[in-house]
Amino acid sequence: MKFTFFHLMAWPHLADDFREKHHSVWVDVPNSLYDPARGHEVYHNYLDQLEYAEQCGFDGLGVNEHHSNAYGLMPSPNLMAATLTRRTSRAAIMVLGNSIALYNPAVRVAEEFAMLDVMSGGRFIGGFPVGTSMDTNYAYGTVPTETRERYAEAHELIIKAWTEREPFAFNGRYNKLRYVNIWPRPLQQPYPAIHIPGGGSVETYDFCIENTYSYSYLSYSGYLRGRDLMRGYWDQVASRAVDESPYRAGFAQVICVGETDAEAEKLYKQHIDYFYNRCLHVYPGFGEAPGYRTIKTLKRGAIPQLTPKGVKTLSQLSWKELLDQRYVICGSPETVREQCEEMIKDLRFGNLFCLMALGDMPNEKVRHSTRLFGEKVMPKLRHLWPDYADDNRFWCRPVANRRHPDRELRGVA
Amino acid sequence: MKSYLIETGNGRTQTRVLETGAGPQLLYLHSAGGVVENDPFLEALGQQFHVYAPSLPGYLDSEGADNLRTMLDFTLWGFDVMEVLGIEHPVVVGHSMGGMIAAEMASLNPRAFKGLGLISAAGLWLDDYPMPDIFAKLPFELPDLLFSDPALGTQIISEGYDFGSNQDELVSFMTRFQDETFLQDFLIKNARRMGTAGKILFPIPERGLSERLYRATLPTVIVWGDADKLMPMPYAEAFQRLLPHAELVTIAGAAHMAPYEQTGEVLSALARFH
Repeated sequence: MKFTFFHLMAWPHLADDFREKHHSVWVDVPNSLYDPARGHEVYHNYLDQLEYAEQCGFDGLGVNEHHSNAYGLMPSPNLMAATLTRRTSRAAIMVLGNSIALYNPAVRVAEEFAMLDVMSGGRFIGGFPVGTSMDTNYAYGTVPTETRERYAEAHELIIKAWTEREPFAFNGRYNKLRYVNIWPRPLQQPYPAIHIPGGGSVETYDFCIENTYSYSYLSYSGYLRGRDLMRGYWDQVASRAVDESPYRAGFAQVICVGETDAEAEKLYKQHIDYFYNRCLHVYPGFGEAPGYRTIKTLKRGAIPQLTPKGVKTLSQLSWKELLDQRYVICGSPETVREQCEEMIKDLRFGNLFCLMALGDMPNEKVRHSTRLFGEKVMPKLRHLWPDYADDNRFWCRPVANRRHPDRELRGVA
Repeated sequence: MKSYLIETGNGRTQTRVLETGAGPQLLYLHSAGGVVENDPFLEALGQQFHVYAPSLPGYLDSEGADNLRTMLDFTLWGFDVMEVLGIEHPVVVGHSMGGMIAAEMASLNPRAFKGLGLISAAGLWLDDYPMPDIFAKLPFELPDLLFSDPALGTQIISEGYDFGSNQDELVSFMTRFQDETFLQDFLIKNARRMGTAGKILFPIPERGLSERLYRATLPTVIVWGDADKLMPMPYAEAFQRLLPHAELVTIAGAAHMAPYEQTGEVLSALARFH
């Protein structure tokens, strides 16, 4: 198993009556609610937590891209990843990812990911999400029906930019470049492992299988609800007659560890509540711009929560519901191990994205939970897939003689 | 009302055309909401004009949305439709999004038309009057934004949906949007329609029309409701300022969907094109 400490970097200072007073946590939430002076503190706490996770034994440190929201404060995850290249030296640095449809020209992503790969000594793992409709359409203005076409073109351009060794011309519909010639180019050959966050469309399953990308399901609704989606993926893998390495898949799960079940509830419950009820308070009108999803997918999909009743009750889940439905895995190390093991085997995946720093959880609680997971849970889950221990197609391949600026600095001081 | 499919642009689109009435030829371009078979406004328009109302790909059963990307594609689609139908020198009238396309067609080739009618037309953006984002509205929020009578608006928005045995039943507004079957059907239709509309309206319904309107040197009437919450009166005034020969007819108390709520007033504003 590979364990990634995934940070969302929520704004932790939303008022108790945020839901009542504000339309949405995303897109039109006024930035008067953001206090840059407190933001300074928040960023450094969050980066500390990522660096601490490496010390606790996590294999990867994950960051991602969102815009115009109080849910995740990383419009540029690449900046966060860049700081981690200097302050860590072992863990994979995973940017999951850059919303490639938004970059024009998309060679920008090829360049920045290559920079991160070189800076980190080959510890980089990239991701190409389509991006949420809130980010891609509403915050960044992409015409919904163009989103997937822009994505496909950007993907083609990035891969070609990484693999060609001579300047070339690229005549795309959206990217017209007479000279594509990226400097630097990636350290990992031919290019870093790529993970694709998906939401259940068959097209994305196939895209991952064809390109040997890992398929990631990043949701907060827990593994019981993720089951159908992951089964759909594995059915597709089987039908394509490729190997069934669990590292072809990743899953994000909210996890909180305490010394005991009771302590875990006492420590984390209020912060989980903050996360689900404030950070996920997205106005449903921003959930999915018409045209963002294909008609085919819409016909298959469930009814979104768009009724007046649905709007009212969205994310008002009780603690018991959150636990019982496995939105949250929270408890003693043994409880967490047991539920994680069940989840990993049931859904079949090799990459666990651990969401441990949530909402307004203070630094010391994040560290407590992170340390307990690293010490008491991770070792017992690490060897669940012995048959695939050598599969490094979906992980980074760092160079042996890389610099260790984190340790070198300490020596200087 | 006749209803038939035509092929435009060497198979680029299959376009559903509704045709009705007698009199001077009139090409009618629909709003982002589209028209329905036996559309009441088209029926009314048909009492004065020989109306041709093509539906864009994504609307009704018209197909080929992938082949329409830019404003120019939408504009040329309008001319392609005219060519296939053999319409010569019609009046071109458009409502909202359709007005944007009509204004583009008239700017591109003003001599092709007898006159231009713009009803609550899209295509301009005024920083001082940012219009509400229709792409971020939930179904149940639309009637109040678009109609002066939200209850009537709900009925009109729901039109075309097969309620089966409930057809004649008065189903309340809230109840309809709580119904999951209705909602899914609505969402798929909405995604087809608004997916197409988004190509020229998202995220801001402006594609440079203001720089081209000077070319539209044909007789023009602008018809606007003074209670339009989506595009308030300053938009009508901006069109009048930019168009060489435009008269503005204001309808008191009318909202964005004036053709369906104040049909008579809209028709008399267009009567000059007889």
